[in-house]
Amino acid sequence: MTQEFILETRGLTKEFRGFTAVDGVDLKVREGHIHALIGPNGAGKTTVFNLLTKFLPPTRGEILYRGEAITAMKANQIARMGLVRSFQISAVFGHMTALENVRVALQRPIGTSFHFWKSAKSLDHLNDRALALLDEVGLVEYADVLTVEMPYGRKRALEVATTLALEPTLMLLDEPTQGMGAEDVDRIVELIRRVAKGRTVLMVEHNLSVVSRLCDRITVLARGAVLAEGDYATVSADPRVREAYMGSEAEEEVSA
Amino acid sequence: MDTTQTLSPTRQRQRRAQWRRQALTLALLAVGLVAPFVAYPVFLMKVLCFALFACAFNLLLGYAGLLSFGHAAFLATGGYVTGYLLASYPGLTPELGILTGTAAAVALGALFGVLSIRRQGIYFAMVTLALAQLMFFVFVQSPFTGGEDGLHGVPRGELFGLISLNSNLAMYYFVFAVFLIGFAIIQRAVHSPFGQVLKAIRENEPRAVSLGYNVDAYKLLAFVLSAGLAGLAGSTKTLVFQLASLTDAHWHMSGEVILMTLLGGVGTLFGPLVGAGLVVSLQHLLAQSPLGNWVSVILGLIFVVCVLSFRSGIVGEILKSYRKNFK
Repeated sequence: MTQEFILETRGLTKEFRGFTAVDGVDLKVREGHIHALIGPNGAGKTTVFNLLTKFLPPTRGEILYRGEAITAMKANQIARMGLVRSFQISAVFGHMTALENVRVALQRPIGTSFHFWKSAKSLDHLNDRALALLDEVGLVEYADVLTVEMPYGRKRALEVATTLALEPTLMLLDEPTQGMGAEDVDRIVELIRRVAKGRTVLMVEHNLSVVSRLCDRITVLARGAVLAEGDYATVSADPRVREAYMGSEAEEEVSA
Repeated sequence: MDTTQTLSPTRQRQRRAQWRRQALTLALLAVGLVAPFVAYPVFLMKVLCFALFACAFNLLLGYAGLLSFGHAAFLATGGYVTGYLLASYPGLTPELGILTGTAAAVALGALFGVLSIRRQGIYFAMVTLALAQLMFFVFVQSPFTGGEDGLHGVPRGELFGLISLNSNLAMYYFVFAVFLIGFAIIQRAVHSPFGQVLKAIRENEPRAVSLGYNVDAYKLLAFVLSAGLAGLAGSTKTLVFQLASLTDAHWHMSGEVILMTLLGGVGTLFGPLVGAGLVVSLQHLLAQSPLGNWVSVILGLIFVVCVLSFRSGIVGEILKSYRKNFK
């Protein structure tokens, strides 16, 4: 049986000491789609994201991956199943080179990661694949540069290369363009479009122009619940969505 | 391929770094071989034992990012087990005594590790401190440790049943060999596939999790390795001084090893060695001077100065200025 939906949540709820951050979210992500999760500040996007990636345990509800319940699994276990997340602040290993960053992702399946008596040279056969992955995101010339010394946009690209190393079926991206200049945003959008071929992507994103350019389907969250869902045209025409966004933006302006 | 061409300057730099490391290791080897003819061997052995202890601690703090405040427990366990066995069973050779002491420290490390590894930062430090205090109590109360008196007159015996270790020179070379083995194990672990994952966990733990690594298991292995090497240092020390005492189990000792590591340079290969040498020398010199009662105060002051003005420690600062000037 082929699964239409690669990721599905049923009644997903997260409560923090009486405050309900996520309230009965039913989310369905179709295989092959680029799916965005948007919403005004405090809508619970990041909480949903952390629940999906198992960085937070849900209070109630179920998460299904290809029809199989993954609600009780640990974060590192779902990563091995092909559900790989990125982070809001670029998550790289700062005092390792770009090549080593990617290689760390490649080395786990080899099964020697506990071998403290072997030389790290035993990992050198992975270098070609690591370089190929760096090439894919345009970072070959950074291969031997320590990651702390790389510009921000390049770090995000490196993060994508590291994620690709795990050959994910579903990539979960947490605000991939956050904190970037326009030029970097374009580069990342192109990159996401390219690597999303043959994969499913679920992303939390603030930048609506990015969402409109990339995404097949959009879920709008407000106050922890699903407000609207559909393609960009449908969602952006929805008066409730406009109200939620305008309302919060107006408030922001007042507070600013 | 043009990629290899763009890489070559960096590769060359890496090769130079490796060459430098090897040259430094060889120099150290030469110094170590000649040292007992220049300095007092017992003093040198003390330095080497503490250097191994500090290197073991550095593996945990510098490469896994875990600050244990209970490493005295492993030093003492190694020391007591080896001391008790060698004193009670005259037929036992010293190397077997040391191996058993080390194995005991490994076992204790596994137990402590399982209980503490899920905690982070200050909580991890507190749990390890509490467990080490528990062990201190065990050592005070148990009959086999000699309680407040400790164990005295532990025979050095004959290595492999052949070489008498009663001469300080023979003993020195044995200790030097043990140190080199321990140092080599650490150096290899740091530059191994395991070391790569450890580094990744230290740099960004959530990201390591998201790459599918069960980070607790890696931290546990680092903890056990570190505990075992600390035990090896303790066992060897007992053999050198022919005694095991509560000083080794006291929390002061856990603090001292932190001082040595930070002073020398945490996360550097040779830092703990320099730190241990410096602290032991200072203790030695001050004990003979009129300032004898002020040892703790002076070491404390040095620690404060180190933390305030050169945080990466002596070797760390040297490396920094070297990189700045020669890159």
